[in-house]
Amino acid sequence: MTATTHDDHHDHGPAKGIMRWITTTNHKDIGTLYMITALIMFFVGGAMALVIRAELFEPGMQYVDPLFFNQMTTLHALVMVFGAVMPAFAGLANWMIPMMIGAPDMALPRMNNWSFWILPFAVCLLASTLFMEGGAPSAGWTLYPPLVLQGGNNLPFAVFSVHLLGISSIMAAINIIVTVFNMRAPGMTWMKLPMFVWTWVITAFLLIAIMPVFAGAVTMLLTDKFFGTSFFNAAGGGDPVLYQHLFWFFGHPEVYVLILPSFGVVSQIIPTFARKPLFGYSSMVYATASIGLLSFIVWAHHQYTVGMPIQGELYFTYATMLIAVPTGVKVFNWLATMWKGAMTFETPMLFAIAFVVLFTMGGFTGLMMSISPADLQYHDTYFIVAHFHYTLVTGAVFAILAAVYYWLPKWTGYMYDERLGKLHFWLTTISVNVCFFPQHFSGLAGMPRRIPDYAVQFAEFNAMSSVGAFVFGFAQLILAYVVIQSIRGGDKATDEVWEGAKEHGLEWQLPSPPPYHTWTTAPDIK
Amino acid sequence: MKIIRVLLAVIGLALGANAQANYALNLPVGVTETSREIHDLHMLILWICVGIGVVVYGVMVYSIMHHRKSKGVTPATFHENTKLEIVWTIIPFLILLSMAIPATKVMIKTYDTSKADMSIKVTGYQWKWRYTYLEEGIDFFSALDANSNRARQLGAKIDPASVDHYLLNVDHPLVIPVNKKIRILITSADVIHSWWVPEFGWKKDAIPGFVTDGWVKVDKPGIYRGQCTELCGRDHGFMPIVVEAKTEEQYKQWVAQQTAKKEAAAIDQGSNLADAAVDPAQSADVKKN
Ligand SMILES: [Cu+2]
Repeated sequence: MTATTHDDHHDHGPAKGIMRWITTTNHKDIGTLYMITALIMFFVGGAMALVIRAELFEPGMQYVDPLFFNQMTTLHALVMVFGAVMPAFAGLANWMIPMMIGAPDMALPRMNNWSFWILPFAVCLLASTLFMEGGAPSAGWTLYPPLVLQGGNNLPFAVFSVHLLGISSIMAAINIIVTVFNMRAPGMTWMKLPMFVWTWVITAFLLIAIMPVFAGAVTMLLTDKFFGTSFFNAAGGGDPVLYQHLFWFFGHPEVYVLILPSFGVVSQIIPTFARKPLFGYSSMVYATASIGLLSFIVWAHHQYTVGMPIQGELYFTYATMLIAVPTGVKVFNWLATMWKGAMTFETPMLFAIAFVVLFTMGGFTGLMMSISPADLQYHDTYFIVAHFHYTLVTGAVFAILAAVYYWLPKWTGYMYDERLGKLHFWLTTISVNVCFFPQHFSGLAGMPRRIPDYAVQFAEFNAMSSVGAFVFGFAQLILAYVVIQSIRGGDKATDEVWEGAKEHGLEWQLPSPPPYHTWTTAPDIK
Repeated sequence: MKIIRVLLAVIGLALGANAQANYALNLPVGVTETSREIHDLHMLILWICVGIGVVVYGVMVYSIMHHRKSKGVTPATFHENTKLEIVWTIIPFLILLSMAIPATKVMIKTYDTSKADMSIKVTGYQWKWRYTYLEEGIDFFSALDANSNRARQLGAKIDPASVDHYLLNVDHPLVIPVNKKIRILITSADVIHSWWVPEFGWKKDAIPGFVTDGWVKVDKPGIYRGQCTELCGRDHGFMPIVVEAKTEEQYKQWVAQQTAKKEAAAIDQGSNLADAAVDPAQSADVKKN
């Protein structure tokens, strides 16, 4: 530890051994730690999803108890959201933001170390509930009372885990905001910021606003269960629906926390491979900001069935529909960026295009669900499950995969295996659709979500879904292989990696791999 | 890309051609005025989305086919076009408006529970439903039927396909008359549940300590099935809803049967104070009607 106190700003390499990773304050090291954690959690959460899909492969109960099934649906969501997707984007932010804005590191490097190292403990705390009497939380990732209060001793562990995750992401968010506000290279004005940085700044503000609300709501669960309060207990004058309002005030912006950086990634990748500047840069910035603002005033569209007054239903319907406008602007801008470009289709571009196509599909179903009377049918069915997996898997996860392929040669200095990358892309894209597309049908036909068994009329669609899920899951092993292979060696990557990429961001002006400390003198910005 | 087109074609065909007949692919049209209006609204927004999708994906496919480096094109350099950007902000607005207006009308209608002919209280329990006819004084529980219950046990060697309406059958269905506006009051005795019959067009949460409501006016006699749709614990997947809609006369017969059964039961256990306390109130209600 004392070594770090002597840390001055000469250009020197990392410490040796395990201590390098424990004590590191280097944005690249911390980025790597985040990405590795995310990859591991992606497989852990994925394994849980496969338990779910195995049980749902055919009607009847074959493998697990319904209660364990509920634990799997709950943990799958929590692990994927807080353990995989958010850390992956935090990792990308750490690696890329300083390099993209011409800063030597993050503004608060020690806090950066802290915000990463809280994460594994928080996730372990959550996972430890699996081994407790009564098992893990099983009330769904939304942790609705009164059901969640029936869980045994898992509740305090889940709640403290949420507190830690919250602290970790708030610190990461503060760090990103401070870095971008103070450490941009001279000449890197706000309206020259790369879109990935812009989307992350807005995301960081969302995080700071919502994580305390979530932490507060789950703390109220804790006091309701252990300290005799009645926030959510009607018998004591409380209201279970109050929790839902608090949760979704967090939860709705939270889904934008997962998707805004995805927009940023895609806005970096499409111009590079279309060999053309991003179309409508400023409208992209305004659209992102308005999506961020709107996300705070639409939360109760997750609760159309709780019996809100009609005025409330209509207000949330209109407000939610409005989100389609800035989201549409983004999609049109990506299309216009591709239009009359000179496109090539390397793996990152393939994932980015698949993102635009499939996220838009999730956007369509989202628009349908915003219409409250129709949602009285869609709500809590597999239609919803299909919707949010289109936005979060073919949305957020595809953006992360695109980003990994895009920046991996920069990080490692070696090109990844393009043939394997393409194989990974096609297997992933086909299987993800085989998995989630049929769920639209089973949902519309009346299959509720979060059930371990179903009526025989849903059998075909569920069998299809399960086959897709297993292919999808195992296809991700190719990703792990490609990443490890590219770390170990291969064809040397050039500085700009992708033809003409130098025009599309400061990171491509650095060597591949970049030295341990970069931009110790600020770059010149045209 | 091709896959997406094929998939889109498949939904188009599936929803367009079979919308009326095929329950397994699309929302049911349902058996109430509101369920039909909600179905129409669903088809409207679905087709609007398909339309936008065809345009957006069409432009994209064209661009991918023609604007590729392998065709030897030189990339253009344009990066903004204010007019275009204003147009594609305003057009979506107008499209949204065209959906918001019918949505508002339908929503107001589904919310209008006034002037009901009768009221039934639905109470969610872990894991069954309880139906209380407020006027007739009929009151019973409705749980998963025994055959489904046997077949759904872990390791049961019973083929679900051999069970009649596996997981969608109950011991005592809710019986209602057709062509009557019935107000359904929904609450819960423990955790949150949600009462959903797709053919009625809506679901509503059952919240402990609070009463939510909705209404149905079924125009076809028949048996309509649904499920609990809010995660309510271990057996959330095993508390179906079955509603039998009968003609006015059949319904009256059923009510008479139930009342007779109840009275017989009350005589049998004449010493049961609880039953005795309920009965006078019931007969008073019946007289009022
Ligand atoms: Cu229930």
